Parts: sequence; C-alpha cells; structure tokens
Amino acid sequence: MAPAVIFMVVLFAYPLFYNIWMSVTDFRVATFLTGVAPFVGLENYIDLLRNRTFYGALGLTAVFTALSIAGQMTIGMLLALFFWRSFPLNSTMRALLLAPWLLPLVVSSSVWQWMFAQDYGVINYLLLKLGLIDHKIPWLVDPTNALVAVILTNIWIGIPFSLAVFHSGLQALPRELLEAAELDGAGPVQRFFRIILPLLRPLTAIVFVLSVTYTVKVFDLIYVLTGGGPADATQTLAIFSFKLSFKLFDFGHGAAVGNVLVVISLVFAFFYIRSFRRQLESDPT
Amino acid sequence: MSRRLLFGTPLRDWTRTVIGCVIVAIILFPLYWMTNVSLQPRAALLATELRFLPIPPLTENYVRVFGEQAGSIGTSLFIATTTAIVCLLIAAPAAYALVVFRLRWLTLFVLLLLIVQMIPHVVVANALYAIYARAGLLNTHLGLILADASMGVPFAILILRAFIVSLPRSLIEAALVDGATHWGAFTRIILPLSRNGLITSGLFCFLFAWSDFLFALTMGTQGKIVPITLGIYKYIGNENTSWNSIMAAAVLASIPPIVLLLAGQRYITAGLVGGAVKE
Repeated sequence: MAPAVIFMVVLFAYPLFYNIWMSVTDFRVATFLTGVAPFVGLENYIDLLRNRTFYGALGLTAVFTALSIAGQMTIGMLLALFFWRSFPLNSTMRALLLAPWLLPLVVSSSVWQWMFAQDYGVINYLLLKLGLIDHKIPWLVDPTNALVAVILTNIWIGIPFSLAVFHSGLQALPRELLEAAELDGAGPVQRFFRIILPLLRPLTAIVFVLSVTYTVKVFDLIYVLTGGGPADATQTLAIFSFKLSFKLFDFGHGAAVGNVLVVISLVFAFFYIRSFRRQLESDPT
Repeated sequence: MSRRLLFGTPLRDWTRTVIGCVIVAIILFPLYWMTNVSLQPRAALLATELRFLPIPPLTENYVRVFGEQAGSIGTSLFIATTTAIVCLLIAAPAAYALVVFRLRWLTLFVLLLLIVQMIPHVVVANALYAIYARAGLLNTHLGLILADASMGVPFAILILRAFIVSLPRSLIEAALVDGATHWGAFTRIILPLSRNGLITSGLFCFLFAWSDFLFALTMGTQGKIVPITLGIYKYIGNENTSWNSIMAAAVLASIPPIVLLLAGQRYITAGLVGGAVKE
C-alpha cells in the first residue's frame, strides 16, 4: 500500500499541485536556469479570458468532443445490437474490431493522414470512383474539412470501446423480458427504445462520461494528424496547452489552460463518481 | 419460417456472419491499407490508379525501416516491459491492501484512482517536465518509465482490486489464523489466484507504455530516447521518408498490440469492460 500511495503522491498529486503553482507564476525557460518564477496571481487566467485563441480552442474542444461521442456511441450501440445474437464467428469478429482501440494513436493517425491525403489518398480516390464527389477534397488543408477528418478518425478509434461495453451490458439483460415483449407484438424499434435503452441507461451514462473525459484530453491523434492546424482549426485545449508550454515555452499559461481542462474533466468525473460511489457503498466488501 | 440448416446452424445466422464480415472489413480497412501501402514501391503511391493488392509484395520497405527503427523498437519494448513490471509491483500489494483493510479513507483512495485516470496527460506532462528538469530525469529511461507507469498504476490497482474482491475472503482469513503474515497471505495465496488479473493489468500497462507518444515527446528533449511512436512521428516530418516506409514502421509498431489481442482476447475484453464498469 505504502509504495502505491507514495507513487500516486509523487506522480499525480505533486504534478497537479505543481501545475497549479505554475499557472499562477510567470514560468518560462529562464525559470529553469534561474529557478525564479515571479508570482503573478491570476494574471495567466485573466490573460486567457482576454485571448480569442483560448475561446476558439474551448469551442473546438466542445465540438470535437460532442460529435466524436455522438458518433462513437451511436455506431458502438448499433454494432453491439448486431453482435448481440450469437452466430458463427461472432466473438472472433468482436475481437478483431477491438484493434483500432489498441493500436498506438500515432499509428492510427499516420494511417489516416495518408488515407486523407488530397492527391494520393485512398479516401478521395474511392469517393471519386463512387461518383460521390467530382473533385478531390482538401481534407487536411481546409479548416472545416480538417476538423471533420479529425473527428472521423477519433470516432473510428472510439467505436471498439462503446461496442465492448454495450455488448457486455446487452448480455446481462433479462432475456425473458424481451421475449415477452416480442410475444406481445413489440417491434424491434419499440423494444429498443422502450426496454433496452431504459435498462441500459446507467451503463450509457458511464460510457458517456468516460468518453467525454477521454475525448477532451485527446492529444496524439490531433497532433500527428494536423498539428492543430490549419490556422488553429483543430486546436483543442490539449493542443493549445501543449503549444504554449512546449513550443512557446510559456509554461505558466500552458499550465493555466491545462487546469481549465482538468476542471472540465472533474465536472464530468463528478457525475461518474456519484454513480460509482453508490455502487461501492452498497457493496459489502 | 422454414429452418434450413447449414453445418447445424440456421441459414439466417450465416447471413449475419456474412454481414458481420462486411462490417469488419469496412472498419478494419485502414489497417489493411496500412499493410497494403507498406508492401508497395514508392512509385505505386504516386500513380493515378491506386493498387489495392500489393502484388508482388515488396519487402524492401521493411528492410529499410527495420534498419533505421530497430533501435526504437528495442527502446519501446524495454520501456513498455519495465513499465508493466513496475506497475504490477506497485499495484498488486496496493490492491490487496484495499481489499483486506477496510478503512474509510481507502474508499476515498479508490475514488481518487478513478478521478486520476481522467486527468489529461498534457497536464501531467507540463508539470513533470518542470519537475524532471530539476530532478535530472529528463532524457532518462527511468523518467519515461515512471511517467508511463503513472498511466498504468491506477488502472492496474482498480482491475486487481476487482479480482481480489471476487476471491473468497475465508482464504485470507484462514491463512492469517494459521499464523501467516499479510505478506505471506498475499504472496502465497492471493497472487497465484489472481493470475488472470495480473495478466490483464500487466497487458494494459504494457500497451499504455507502448503507445505513449506525449511523454516521449516532452521528456526526451535531446532525442536520445526515441520509442517507435516518436520514431514514426519523426518519419512523417522527414521529407525524404516515403509513406511506404512510414506505413511499414506503423505495421511494425502494431505487431505487439495485435499479437496481444489475438493471444489474450479475453484479458483485453476483461480490462476494457472492467476499467469502465465494476467487476
């Protein structure tokens, strides 16, 4: 126990508090040489509130997170329903579908980057062949398209998680109830919205919260795919914080943006913990 | 409805298998494309008509990439394996303690573990960079392993705790009555029984560290320690490297996760679902 507590304190508690301290100082490269970081109070945060780039990043984080999660959860649920019934090769297929989630994000991002390439990418090639577009789309070069590309890639990565969790949830549903509903003449759509969805509500809430906290912090994917560009079009808070700290070496402002991100995560974590705590306290062990 | 069977399975189920294959093919297409491109010559990439089959397959890209990235792959293997070991060494006793000692603040500790997993890595990297700069841990294997372990330890404790909770408590109590110490009960009884939990959490800690990019990017300011993820990123930024080589490197970086997925599917699913939902 003791090693774990020490580890957590050193690698989480200390960095978190250190980050808060950094965010109220003018922490720059010189700080590493002189050890001096002048205390500036809430100035870094006030600067953010006056900074249009910050609001842009905040809005982009919201759009990126909302659309990613809507896509992941919808597709994940549809696939879970499809794989609910047992059929030959069912579990093998579900295992294969976990792959996107397990690969290093740098790998997935590099593959998608090449697939999105304007001139030689397979996505434009297929869309042209299918007659869906009449000219090659500048996926990663145009601001709006780049955001779409980043979201599509993130949906792809997140599908396995929703699929696996929803699938395990469906397995636990009482079969008799659904069979009774079927006998009573409830169609598949009705059964889904009237029985399955309400029963899966707690699980859906958990998937939602975990996906939010996971998505707001996505870094590797965007950094490799677009680097936050073009023209900051895909610069979420995580990318913005990184750039302030590690490109501009303005660690104070970087820490401030990071802490905004922490607060956002904690707000969502709170809802998760509330449901988890109920579970934990009703648990005799 | 007539029940026609094929190999003892209704025909309707086989239809689902076919649809399932199509779904899998669409979703895994990027992985196919990665492999396809990695086996083609550079000239084929810039042709107007793309080749969907790498025939004849070209191994040249792999030879080149292996020559250039063997060191990175070695670094990644070393760091990921060590991280997994460090995580288990810290997490297993902690999980045991969480189950055995029922103290109020331990419940709080479990909640903290859950919250901690939600903290953005960018934030941790920001502070760790400053802390490491003073502690002299930048550009060291130890520094990177500790940073990577910070992602794995909370997850491993939660998974192992769920496993140990599911074991009969009487086992531990009997051992303690027989005069065993907690350490004895833990190493001789609980650890052997928690094999599946250890595999699941070890596997995930390995994968977390194998996939890490951000910590390697920020903590390795001198470019001395380059795991494969960072190696791929540098490839992308290098104008002289063709996408065939980048894709070949990506395939090499995908091998450990894919092998672990195929060999330990049930552990992966257990970890994936168990990390989200208790038990």
